Amino acid sequence: MRRRGLWVNALLVVTAAITLFPLVWMVAVSLMPTGQSATYPPPLWPTHPTFAHYRELWSHAGMARHLANSVLLAVLSTLCALTLNVAAGYAFAKLEFPGRARLEKSLLAALVIPAQVAMLPLFLELKALGLVDTYAGVLVPSLAGIFSIFLVRQAALAIPGELIDAARLDGASEWTIYTRVALPLMRPMLVTLAVFTFLGSWNDFLWPLIVLNDSERYTLPVALAALSREHVQDNELMMAGSVVTVVPVLVLFLSLQRYYLAGLMAGAVKG
Amino acid sequence: MSRAVWGWLFAGPALVVIVVFFLLPVLAALVLSVTDYDLYAIASIHNVRFVGLRNYADLLTNPLFWQALGNTVYFVVVGVPLSLAASLGGAVLLHAKTARYAGFFRTAYFAPSVTTVVAVAVIWRYLLHTRYGLINYALAQLGIAPIDWLGDPHWAMPAIILFAVWKNFGYNLVILLAALGTIPADLYEAAELDGAGAWAQFRHVTVPGIRGTLVFVGILTVAGYFQLFAEPYVMTQGGPAQSTLSVLYLLYDEGFKWWNLGRASAVAFVLFLLMYATALVQAKFTQERAS
Repeated sequence: MRRRGLWVNALLVVTAAITLFPLVWMVAVSLMPTGQSATYPPPLWPTHPTFAHYRELWSHAGMARHLANSVLLAVLSTLCALTLNVAAGYAFAKLEFPGRARLEKSLLAALVIPAQVAMLPLFLELKALGLVDTYAGVLVPSLAGIFSIFLVRQAALAIPGELIDAARLDGASEWTIYTRVALPLMRPMLVTLAVFTFLGSWNDFLWPLIVLNDSERYTLPVALAALSREHVQDNELMMAGSVVTVVPVLVLFLSLQRYYLAGLMAGAVKG
Repeated sequence: MSRAVWGWLFAGPALVVIVVFFLLPVLAALVLSVTDYDLYAIASIHNVRFVGLRNYADLLTNPLFWQALGNTVYFVVVGVPLSLAASLGGAVLLHAKTARYAGFFRTAYFAPSVTTVVAVAVIWRYLLHTRYGLINYALAQLGIAPIDWLGDPHWAMPAIILFAVWKNFGYNLVILLAALGTIPADLYEAAELDGAGAWAQFRHVTVPGIRGTLVFVGILTVAGYFQLFAEPYVMTQGGPAQSTLSVLYLLYDEGFKWWNLGRASAVAFVLFLLMYATALVQAKFTQERAS
């Protein structure tokens, strides 16, 4: 039994080394002087740590601009998606309205359609609306999501009906009940949904790549992909770019992981 | 105001967005896929002609499409089982009674899955570098000659699979870990009393106990892996010799590089049908096993 425990823990450590090593090493390489990474054997640690590549990213590659774009779009998409999806999910759980059951069924059926099917006509639609190469164009597909609506509906169903009925008897309007009773009770789920949406927007690549032309508006992943095609040999610079792209979401995840993992696990076990 | 009106006010905005920016485009894609919509049509809508199923027929005779389909199926058929096996193994390890610091390890395993594909693909491109990459360096210590991971058509897809397994390891692991927690401990105790070893316990207690979750994770992973795009876009640009060109990559090239939106829409529907059929087979398969 002791021996087995030793094996289990040794394997856990080795696995953690594999999952974390590329991320730690990314930081180390980003601090190496130009060219150090292209030596053999591969260096693990910068001999003379330098921030030169970060400075170059800021002064030449316009990384501050891309960072700002990513932050702006992720925040806006999180705000919009929360507003629309939470209201809709609540309505599907707690407000009777004609056609609700049929709508629910249709939405559930539409859940199987991958987003890529809509991509080509959506591009033409946005072109007609003059939204290609704008922030709004990037935001549009993430404004409302069927999956998120069902996630909220699930959480709203857990709110006791008596609580809402009591508030109605007291003469509270549906809006008051929503903001004063329902939203506070759903707060943990709202945080989960916010983190999911933020990460989804931050990490999204294909759609911003399609809809944005002007590099001024590129998000971090799109800018990084473009940069990596130009600077194939410049490992240290590319690693610095990866650090700028990855560290914000890692920090967000570490600070809110309680909600994020809880949401993921709850959704999965129920599903 | 009546409750019905409130219901529509609450649900309406989201529904309008979904209809206008998702459902209508899906229907439009179906129409688009039976037209020759291309660069000339973008200039003037009068240049569009109805072509029936020609786009689909063209696809079936296009070797590049079959190549992309084969690559994608390779990625799914090899990548998904590997990915699931790794995550399940990790979850079982982490669930072991003797595991210490489980909270820390869970976070460490999950970290790669919140990262941006493009950024970590850049890291892996360097890890896999033929001359300076750490992976070949490690192999050299074992006496294995360097492999041209991203430059050899035979190795490029395995390299991308390796990357995908690393990237998705923690996500599935966390879901499976939650399911493992729902298996009653006395089932294991009973099995142990019956003299069942670790492997027998895994097969007869663990796997049946989480079958539902395994299928759920399997369906999600298959759907995700069918949408392979950013990895080859950054690491290999679909090469070498089109060995990592995926169906979605082909769709992107057809639609947004060559502006053949009609043909690209046909690719989109083929991808959709493929994903749908696979999910149906998976669901059917488990229903049979369960009954």
